[in-house]
Amino acid sequence: MSEDLRADRPDDLPDDVTALIDQTTHEETADFPVERGYVWTACASVENGNPLYWDASAAAEITGGPIAPPSMLSTWFRPHHWAPGQDEPKLPLQVHFDLKKRLNLPEAIIAEFTTVFHEPVRPGDVLTTCQRLRSVSPVKRTKLGRGRFWTIDVEYRNVRGELCGVESYTGFGYNRESSEAAA
Amino acid sequence: MKPQLTLDQIAAGDALPVLRYPVSATTVVLGALATRDWRPMHHDHEFAVTRNGVRDIFLNTPNQAAWFERYLTDWTGPHGRPGRMRFRMRDSVFPGDEMVITGTVTAVAVDQAGCGWAEVELDLAVGRESKTGCSARVAVPVSPDDNPWARRGERWRP
Repeated sequence: MSEDLRADRPDDLPDDVTALIDQTTHEETADFPVERGYVWTACASVENGNPLYWDASAAAEITGGPIAPPSMLSTWFRPHHWAPGQDEPKLPLQVHFDLKKRLNLPEAIIAEFTTVFHEPVRPGDVLTTCQRLRSVSPVKRTKLGRGRFWTIDVEYRNVRGELCGVESYTGFGYNRESSEAAA
Repeated sequence: MKPQLTLDQIAAGDALPVLRYPVSATTVVLGALATRDWRPMHHDHEFAVTRNGVRDIFLNTPNQAAWFERYLTDWTGPHGRPGRMRFRMRDSVFPGDEMVITGTVTAVAVDQAGCGWAEVELDLAVGRESKTGCSARVAVPVSPDDNPWARRGERWRP
């Protein structure tokens, strides 16, 4: 799918980007607590009738009380579309956008992502998050263009410091190439 | 409440029941808002066509994750506890598409902590085209008295 261009072009990943790898960045606390109204909206959007989310007695018996669907982990961190005093909209997965800018790669896609679920998230929890750049590939050429793959982990914890989940995103930032150049 | 499904009832090669769902503009917009995704390509037809170069607004990825999660736990019942999901996005799903979600068990195992796991390959397709793939690992009770949700710390290894 991709061609490693190291052989014909030395890798020139900037030192400041190399220094970012495995560093904890963008530590944040969620803007609002986990709440059941959003859980029901999310379940309604996919017609999820799992009694854990609708039946208090089932939730009490199986999960020790209400929880949010594990797949909602990142929902609790998507910024408000608007907030008082907010000049520019905040971006989720900020490291991804920082890399695009720093490496001058204006286009980017998320090629795949993995989520690992740990401690269940419960209504009332105020989660914290941080991001870690795990790797940046040498320059590669794909059918989209010429650029680099990177992997970013996003970690989520509850107020007790318990790990609730980790998302790993693989992005590809690139410059479009003309069909002649890409051939 | 007894588990709907226990590990002894599952074997590699098992096919999960197929889920078919007609996607409408409401499905797309509701899914985007439910995941707090305000980006216009998930609610603004003109933006999606002129800026993204696609034919219509399309399902966002977090909402597709929720569809896969619902599909998985429809099968396991509420005792099924998702441990890990890996998504591969290939193409978009638009209003007017009939989304078809399928799944096949690829492995069944009990880990060193005694937790039962089913590995399942899921696919979201429209017609013959696979749009999104998902490799899921879900914990399933090993017996009627087991509850994967009771596992914490070293006893939970997703």
